Amino acid sequence: MSEQMKNEKNVPLLEVIDLHTSFKTDKGEVKAVNGVSYTLEAGKSLGIVGESGSGKSVSAYSIMQILDANGHITQGRILFKGEDITHYTPKQMQDFRGKNCAMIFQDPMTSLNPVYTVGNQITEAIRIHSDKSKDEANKAAVEMLKLVGINDAERRMKQYPHELSGGMRQRVMIAMALVMEPSILIADEPTTALDVTIQAQILELMMELQKKLKMAIIIVTHDLGVIAQMSDEIVVMYGGRICERGTAEDIFYNPCHEYTKGLLRSIPSVNNMKKKLVPIAGTPINLLNMPKGCAFCSRCDSAMKICLTEVPQELRIDKTHLASCWMNVKNGNYMKEAE
Amino acid sequence: MSGNLIEVKDLKMYFPVRTGFMKTTMLKAVDGVNFSIKPGETLGLVGESGCGKTTVGRALLHLYKPTGGEIYYDGNLVTEKNILEYRPKMQMVFQDPYSSLDPRMTVEEIIGEPLDVHHLYSNKKERREKILNLMELVGLNAEHATRYVHEFSGGQRQRIGIARALAVDPKFIVCDEAVSALDVSIQAQVINMFEELQEKLGVAYLFIAHDLLVVRHISNRIAVMYLGRIVETADADELSDSPIHPYTQSLLSAVPIPDPKIAKSSKRIILEGDVPSPLNMPSGCAFRTRCRYATEQCAKECPALKDRGNGHLVACWNK
Repeated sequence: MSEQMKNEKNVPLLEVIDLHTSFKTDKGEVKAVNGVSYTLEAGKSLGIVGESGSGKSVSAYSIMQILDANGHITQGRILFKGEDITHYTPKQMQDFRGKNCAMIFQDPMTSLNPVYTVGNQITEAIRIHSDKSKDEANKAAVEMLKLVGINDAERRMKQYPHELSGGMRQRVMIAMALVMEPSILIADEPTTALDVTIQAQILELMMELQKKLKMAIIIVTHDLGVIAQMSDEIVVMYGGRICERGTAEDIFYNPCHEYTKGLLRSIPSVNNMKKKLVPIAGTPINLLNMPKGCAFCSRCDSAMKICLTEVPQELRIDKTHLASCWMNVKNGNYMKEAE
Repeated sequence: MSGNLIEVKDLKMYFPVRTGFMKTTMLKAVDGVNFSIKPGETLGLVGESGCGKTTVGRALLHLYKPTGGEIYYDGNLVTEKNILEYRPKMQMVFQDPYSSLDPRMTVEEIIGEPLDVHHLYSNKKERREKILNLMELVGLNAEHATRYVHEFSGGQRQRIGIARALAVDPKFIVCDEAVSALDVSIQAQVINMFEELQEKLGVAYLFIAHDLLVVRHISNRIAVMYLGRIVETADADELSDSPIHPYTQSLLSAVPIPDPKIAKSSKRIILEGDVPSPLNMPSGCAFRTRCRYATEQCAKECPALKDRGNGHLVACWNK
């Protein structure tokens, strides 16, 4: 018994191991996520950053199993508190969503139902997942709306999504997601559609709620600024694979993958705004036509022969920092096994 | 005219909006905007959605018929009647490279169209040469000329849009969120191209965008808009380092900085609430409903832009 309890303490909240997700299309199989592994500790935030088509959103959708009909997890495991959820039945999955793990999306207008009131949509989530009565559910929904900073919550309950502003809608989405107090919140580009001042409000709210409800957050975005502000740990993705993962400091101050380095060079530098940007040459990779070796090699200035033919293995740079780049092998920039 | 290429005076753009049965209200998208741009200079125009920054760009090029105000090009008044004369000198690059290019035209036809319209060649050979030169200028291969838009990625499409704008050899280009739809690595390619073209051709830009870091990088001067009016204008570095208007201050502090230590330690001025509806504008200063310093005077009278030294213009009663 004590053994088991000890084990439970060491088990991370969420563990994604060698996840592969593919979509079957007319043009062939698209391997959107191609062997991705990461862990999320309780109460921490993990940022997944990448460009369009890097597989960052699909990896998050895979956790929730809300992929399009032609998409499937073909390989790998997703462990929630040590239990593999990839083999869950739809009923078990429905329970998992909402209670354990909830999600908010980029565009709050299209993810809210326009023909139901705000109150209706929040209480629906409560009544599906608990045996609360209508009145109790209403009360809980109003409480939740107040918690996400909506004034005049009783009146808002009766309004339809189109009557709310963008920031307000995203607050409603967050209220809906958190009403069952899940231990994980997945946020897929939660502020991309919002203005900066509203973005600041929503990000602040997410961090505040994270502390209050002690939940873990996975934030998926292409915005390096948002990632820097929100994440304890960061995963950098390109072409369906992880380039590099580590703490926010590891990634921003000691990038060890050519793609991460390129990404950081291509945004205006905080210290020297007038410094010329160094873009990454070429265009993002076509997932239908993946190279044999490193996905980034066709755009990489430092590409070597081996990069073209072999996928780089993930090496440990230090205790918290892992990267998959042949340059690290060449330069001996990794921890040897013996250490 | 003190060597200004573009001079905008008291530009107004109102749109009638039906607000009820037999009832229309004027939506004041742009309400008295003044600015000037020197040859070869970049003026950044920032603000939140609905503040009127895009409308300024469009009214400036007479894509909308301005409700009021005057636009001068090189000291000459541009009106609805003579705008065709000025079109070759003032061009526009749009935000969405997917919808601003005709899917049924090849790249050659797209870039060639402005040449046809303004009769800028004497024979077919010259036309073709001009097109290929333009394509080379924006980094497209000659073999791309016969392809259709759908065959290109977002960054390449934006290059086609830029080549089309450059076809008539303009001196001034309005870039309306020209890099907003692009991925970070591609964004840098296009921003660099804008800068190189400016060095090579000496074009001036009105760079409209909501990404403040990008605007600060590319602009010489920045103007900040809020609900149809400019609230602050200054040199790009001065505005970013020492903003005076409370709106500019909160806008800048809201920008997430791509550096974990700075991002996690910096104090943000979080604005309460949302931008008011432009149909129902607050009296006086439009920002007063969200402003920490608002006083009675702000509700009564709208502050005008005043010079605080070094051409740093601010419209605020209290700061």
